[in-house]
Amino acid sequence: MKFTLSWLKNHLDTSASVDEICDALNKVGLEVEGVDDKAKSLAAFTIAYVIEAKQHPNADRLRVCMVDTGAGEPVQVVCGAPNARTGMKSVFSPPGTYIPGKDITLGKGVIRGVESNGMLCSAAELELSNDHDGIIDLPDDAPVGSSYAEWAGLGDPVIEIAVTPNRADALGIHGIARDLAAAGLGELRHVNVRPVKGAFPCPVSVTLDFDAADRHLCPAFAMRLIRGVRNGPSPDWVQARLKAIGLRPINALVDVTNFMTFAMNRPLHVFDAAKVHGNIVVRRARAGESMLALDGKTYSFSDDHVVICDDRSVESLAGIMGGEASGCSETTTDVLVESALWDPLTTARTGRALGINSDARYRFERGVDPDFCLPGLDLATQMIIDLCGGEASEMVVAGAPPDTSRFIDFPWTEVKRLTGLSLPVPEMKLALTALGFHVSGAGDRVRVSPPSWRGDIEGKADLVEEIVRIAGLDRVDAVPFPRLVDEVPKPVLTVLQKRTRLAKRTLAARGLVEAVTWSFIAQDEAVHFGGGKPELALANPIASDLSDMRPSLLPGLIKAAQRNADRSFGDVALFEVGQIFLGDGEDDQRMAAAAIRRGTARPSGTGRHWDGAAQEINALDAKEDALALLASLGIATGGLQVVPGGPDWMHPGRSATLQFGPKGIVGAFGEIHPKTLKLLDVKGPLVGFEIILDGLPLAKAKPTKMKPKLKLSDFQPVTRDFAFVVDAKTAAGDMVKTAAGADRALIADVSVFDVYEGDKVEAGKKSVALAVTLQPTEKTLTEAEIDAVGGKIVAEMAKRYGASLRG
Amino acid sequence: MTDIRTLEHDTLAAIAAAGDEASLEAVRIAALGKAGSISGLLKTLGGMTPDERKEQGPLINGLRDRVSSAMAQRKEALADAALNARLASERIDVSLPMREGPEARGRLHPISQVIDEITAIFGDMGFSIAEGPDVETDDLNFTRLNFPEGHPAREMHDTFFFAPDKDGKRKLLRTHTSPVQVRTMLAQKPPIRVICPGRTYRCDSDQTHTPMFHQVEGLVIDKGSHMGHLKWILQEFCKAFFEVPDVKMRFRPSFFPFTEPSVEVDIQCSRKGGEIRFGEGEDWLEILGCGMVHPNVLRNVGIDPDVYQGFAWGMGIDRIAMLKYGMPDLRPFFEADVRWLQHYGFRPLDFPTLAGGLSV
Repeated sequence: MKFTLSWLKNHLDTSASVDEICDALNKVGLEVEGVDDKAKSLAAFTIAYVIEAKQHPNADRLRVCMVDTGAGEPVQVVCGAPNARTGMKSVFSPPGTYIPGKDITLGKGVIRGVESNGMLCSAAELELSNDHDGIIDLPDDAPVGSSYAEWAGLGDPVIEIAVTPNRADALGIHGIARDLAAAGLGELRHVNVRPVKGAFPCPVSVTLDFDAADRHLCPAFAMRLIRGVRNGPSPDWVQARLKAIGLRPINALVDVTNFMTFAMNRPLHVFDAAKVHGNIVVRRARAGESMLALDGKTYSFSDDHVVICDDRSVESLAGIMGGEASGCSETTTDVLVESALWDPLTTARTGRALGINSDARYRFERGVDPDFCLPGLDLATQMIIDLCGGEASEMVVAGAPPDTSRFIDFPWTEVKRLTGLSLPVPEMKLALTALGFHVSGAGDRVRVSPPSWRGDIEGKADLVEEIVRIAGLDRVDAVPFPRLVDEVPKPVLTVLQKRTRLAKRTLAARGLVEAVTWSFIAQDEAVHFGGGKPELALANPIASDLSDMRPSLLPGLIKAAQRNADRSFGDVALFEVGQIFLGDGEDDQRMAAAAIRRGTARPSGTGRHWDGAAQEINALDAKEDALALLASLGIATGGLQVVPGGPDWMHPGRSATLQFGPKGIVGAFGEIHPKTLKLLDVKGPLVGFEIILDGLPLAKAKPTKMKPKLKLSDFQPVTRDFAFVVDAKTAAGDMVKTAAGADRALIADVSVFDVYEGDKVEAGKKSVALAVTLQPTEKTLTEAEIDAVGGKIVAEMAKRYGASLRG
Repeated sequence: MTDIRTLEHDTLAAIAAAGDEASLEAVRIAALGKAGSISGLLKTLGGMTPDERKEQGPLINGLRDRVSSAMAQRKEALADAALNARLASERIDVSLPMREGPEARGRLHPISQVIDEITAIFGDMGFSIAEGPDVETDDLNFTRLNFPEGHPAREMHDTFFFAPDKDGKRKLLRTHTSPVQVRTMLAQKPPIRVICPGRTYRCDSDQTHTPMFHQVEGLVIDKGSHMGHLKWILQEFCKAFFEVPDVKMRFRPSFFPFTEPSVEVDIQCSRKGGEIRFGEGEDWLEILGCGMVHPNVLRNVGIDPDVYQGFAWGMGIDRIAMLKYGMPDLRPFFEADVRWLQHYGFRPLDFPTLAGGLSV
């Protein structure tokens, strides 16, 4: 919403400066978005006389001008404008001036060897128009040395405010003035509306053609004819105001409607009566009807839209825009003026559906003052007669403005209860009455009746807001917020919250970099990763490849890895800890942790190095990440099973499922399947893992934080090595478990220190070398006792895997 | 006497002259070996008279002790020289560059870091962290929050919707974390003190908007918390979060469907050369919206607005991250460019705490 200072002063008797007005606007909640004060911003630009303009000695397109700036000696200026000539008057700026259109500060200069001490300016350089063609050419009577902006009538500051949707009344300058007056900035100038006495009955009738259920679509429609008007350009003062706020003057009749819209928040429409056939009917549009609107576009309607018709066709789209056919032009002599009330919701939906933004729509969808519907028509009629002459008919009114009167039972203590601010009752009462509220009763509780233009006021809290915004929120003191209990704060994070943040730092500590990727991915990707359910497909995705809620973090990470590789960062290691979606129910969201590694992005480092080049990543790097995460989260992994073969998007022979029993699947790791890479248009190999944090087992609750007692043995541990030849498909992990089970009391650790497949063992076989550590607790072991354990291990291996000791 | 003195002189000279352990050993054998000269003298003590022994004993034993000691010293000197010679030949190139360790390469996304910072501050104030699903119902995202029918936010233009189910109801992606407030109020009796960080979504994509972003909201419901407390909390939060001794804030009346009175909060800052500094300057920067919870919202969750009251606020996590750490654009937050993540991300062990400071 834009307005000028002088226009505001028509409604507000004030001596406040622009800065004071802006502060007050911000204070009452009408946020100032900008002030265009040309008298201030263009103060350095003055009117100057070009004494002489001659050809620049070294440049064909430049002139050297001697300029009388009205301040002492003539100034030499080099000018490139084609219209610079001896004897003209133009606009001059001295060195040091900020040139808004060029975003530079002018300096003294030497241009092609000739000194230049300022600039003659174009309108574009002053940001007054797009005219770059030449310097501003002023008439001979322009006073040399004066401020150009003042002389050109640009001195009326334009203030632009943001109006929140609840404050429809502030979409008129009068409403803004009322707020400022209430805030103590001056006196509101009341607008006296004298009813216009009609000289004759209105020859055109109005019918509201609605079912009972639709009456709300147009509660009231008032209209009158003014005949014998002389339409044409409106007077300069009207045009200047409209131009200042960015409106294009059309003709006096149309300008009056725009003037009323901005001054009084009362949108109107004017029809050329000569082009209206028969009577007016207001109704729902019929499918197939259309209208060429005043914006030059043709709109087709449905029965969701409300239209104003004559006997032949649709003449106007209710509350949004009139039709071209019955619009007023310079030749209009008889004019029908409409002032109506329209349903906000229907107006908003119609405008949105048809893509029309207009000042009328903007106001009707927020709600105009119903009580001003008829006075607004009288005020407009008077203005038309004042500007264009003519004779008004009586007003015809179909329907009637609704009664919006209501009372709110209001205890003054409510203000302190909600804001902590203690205000004297007279001050609170004054604020409400200045805003047009009626306060009745005395004592602690009063009855407050909101004015007709404040449809947003519902209850006590709204009145509190009115009172404190006029008093000023800066008067609300900050009050320390007491703790609920006087003690050291208790921990507040849930197990999952703690796991989520620990997971992030653990993975980052493994050299992975955290990405945050979109929660939505392409549909084929979602399907491929086990998702793509119809209930998780967006009805209105922002892009076709961001259409479905992700069932996994991996597709986003894999594609991100490729984007980095495309920028020559191929050795990339990324992770994300975030939500995935299994369904649209509120319990179907999971917190997952996933990581991918590409190229040689191993934890120890990437690429070539003097200490040995990093190997290309393989699926077991992803296993290491996954197990490190579980270890860091303190998950007891005794029951963890690593089952060969992961989900379909992983290489079947180089992946595994991580589970605590068949029903306790918590994730998977492995190399990404070549088909998956192809679908995602990614070059591999890539490895990764994904673990669902919600699915991990919880630690058992314990009564104390005591750790179990540490038992240390006084006897030396002994280690024995065994190399077994087994079938190449035998799982080394199983062999470790078997060895450890041979004597649970004595065997403290089993590790695999070598795996060999090659020409030194039989084809189809491999050698797996285990180091078994025995930890005696009661006495030093004898060789015989050690051999006995070894024998048991060898026997078990032979029985389970057909293993033989490697010779 | 002369013999002993000469022998001592000669032997000590031989020790000093020994250039390595082998020649030193030869001197030892010649003097102290079985047939050594000093050993020979020691043997003569047995055949002496007591008087002779009394005179010669100390002389011969003294000779033996001095030679032994000189021998040991020389041996150590030779060993030192040998070690020094070896060490002098053993060198590495200490200038060789090392691989960066994983803890130096890994990074946390700024959003994660800022959520941890926010958690540290509000956790200390006694707020717990509430979370809820991203896929929400129209009821929790809009209706209970006092959004009127036909509010523009409820249109496909602004909000991501899913297809309607068989009852014609369509779910949506939450447009703010406020439905978590509703869920909290439905599940928990006052007093309530929670913050709700999380992902939020709006149909918006341009230079300064992304279809997905992050918000944190706060909610307090009890029998006495008012706008003065809200002001204090926001003031203290901003000071703690931006790590400045003071911030100047401006509260402007505003409008949100779910609060009444509603307020927008600006903080004062200076902008010099693309850098924003708080606690100084002349510019105002809008940072958050807040207000007293609307009585309709309280009624919608079964709380009597004449008995209970409270306030709520909300701000963009991505936005305050940008303000604090100086990322110029929002879009790269979600592009997973490792160059950006390495630069703007945080080291894995930079865990923000109030005791140690939020940032290094």
